[in-house]
Amino acid sequence: MSKNITTPLTDEALADLKAGDEVLLTGVIYTARDAAHRRIIEAVGRGEAPPIDLKGQTIYYTGPTPPRPGHIIGSAGPTTAYRMDTFTPTMLELGTKAIVGKGGRSKEVRDAFVSHKAVYFGAIGGSGALLAGTIKKVDIVAYEDLGTEAIRRLEVEDFPVIVVNDIYGNDLLEQGKSEWKRTVAPR
Amino acid sequence: MNAHAIDEVCSFQEHSGALAAFWGDVGRNMGGNMRDIQVSEITETVARLSQEANYYLPEDVLDALKKARRDEEAPRAQKVLDMILLNSEIAAEKQIALCQDTGTTVLFLEIGQDVHLVGGDLTKALAEGVRLGYKEGFLRNSMVTQPFSARLNTGDNTPPIVHTDIVPGEALKITILPKGGGCENMSRLAILRPGDGKKGIIDFTLRTIEESGGNPCPPLIVGVGIGGTAEHVMHLAKKSLLRKVGEHNPDQEVADLEEELLELVNASGIGPQAWGGRSTALAVNIETHPTHITSLPVGVNLQCHSARQKTAVL
Repeated sequence: MSKNITTPLTDEALADLKAGDEVLLTGVIYTARDAAHRRIIEAVGRGEAPPIDLKGQTIYYTGPTPPRPGHIIGSAGPTTAYRMDTFTPTMLELGTKAIVGKGGRSKEVRDAFVSHKAVYFGAIGGSGALLAGTIKKVDIVAYEDLGTEAIRRLEVEDFPVIVVNDIYGNDLLEQGKSEWKRTVAPR
Repeated sequence: MNAHAIDEVCSFQEHSGALAAFWGDVGRNMGGNMRDIQVSEITETVARLSQEANYYLPEDVLDALKKARRDEEAPRAQKVLDMILLNSEIAAEKQIALCQDTGTTVLFLEIGQDVHLVGGDLTKALAEGVRLGYKEGFLRNSMVTQPFSARLNTGDNTPPIVHTDIVPGEALKITILPKGGGCENMSRLAILRPGDGKKGIIDFTLRTIEESGGNPCPPLIVGVGIGGTAEHVMHLAKKSLLRKVGEHNPDQEVADLEEELLELVNASGIGPQAWGGRSTALAVNIETHPTHITSLPVGVNLQCHSARQKTAVL
């Protein structure tokens, strides 16, 4: 059974999520990936405010394909999250409460999710055509010159994700592997 | 230069002109079987392949994903595979990219030695095909300039990475492999010691997949090169990905190693997206090459489940 959750995520909703839970997200999420992260962190380093208020927000690691005429967005699946590991603790300090990406996170980042009471969701990599259908509105809100890597405000409806790292320190990648690993008789 | 020397030069030029004319005739006579192919035709083909490869998964990959779904025991993995298959239907129906990462455009060319490419520069014609295909197909431009500083988007996904083989015949075969960054970034090279043998190859390949986890988007096609030199073994690993899923290396000993590795990879528990399950890989493809007495090079190039490729023969 999937849990229906509306963004911005409340502390109660986050407390209720456990690694492995299937979630359908509805509401506003913001896209940001490698280049946008670098700029946000550099801006903050100079003492400037980030271009969007990150408090309570959900960040989606994606760089969509251009939309066909009549569409609002092209293919828009998650990109690999570990590349953002160096930036993530700062993003959480700035108030980010949830991140959507694919693949695992470093130990440091997993610990940061616990200490900041934030979650890391996984979306299915390589399902960008399907996920695009859950995106109802798109606006570029910062760094337009970055093209696909610009920060976009998305309004999503029933966007399917799974809890990979919860606020209690559980990790779906570790759990899944230990549950399904088996030994093979040597040849 | 004195007058005498200038005469000699002139005389040589006349002479060499005559020789060139002579050899030209010989060349024309001997080259009666050369087939002209206009490079503009290559541009059109690459543009078309760019789009088709990014919208439609190859039949063998779809069949392998369906088989993985039937055999999968983990409920969560079953759902992931269902969504991957549904995604392929939506991409084909709506003609939008299967994955937003429409890749580095890797092109493999088999050029028949009796082919004469006319009407322009091949390298430019290939790049033009990528530029047109990505623009007209609403595909993402993912290539950046100067990799360690400026990293400015080239704006048209060029340049492609081009591999050419000269082969007998008068055909030109073009295969496009749009290669996503998530899986390409997990490529690994090891120069093992000859004594490390088969066990060394198995350990290195499994370690590469374990450490990659969900990053390369399993279920994977695992490309492995063994032998040759450092650069050649990586080329073999990439080239092995061109093989149809389910086809084995014709050398039985290599085919046995493919089977053994596939069983071990799928016993890892990693599963689709590394969320646990049986289907971590759809296939392990190995290509080998003779190597130096001191060496045992092993290259691993992983392919995500969005295993896009398309071939045309001109």
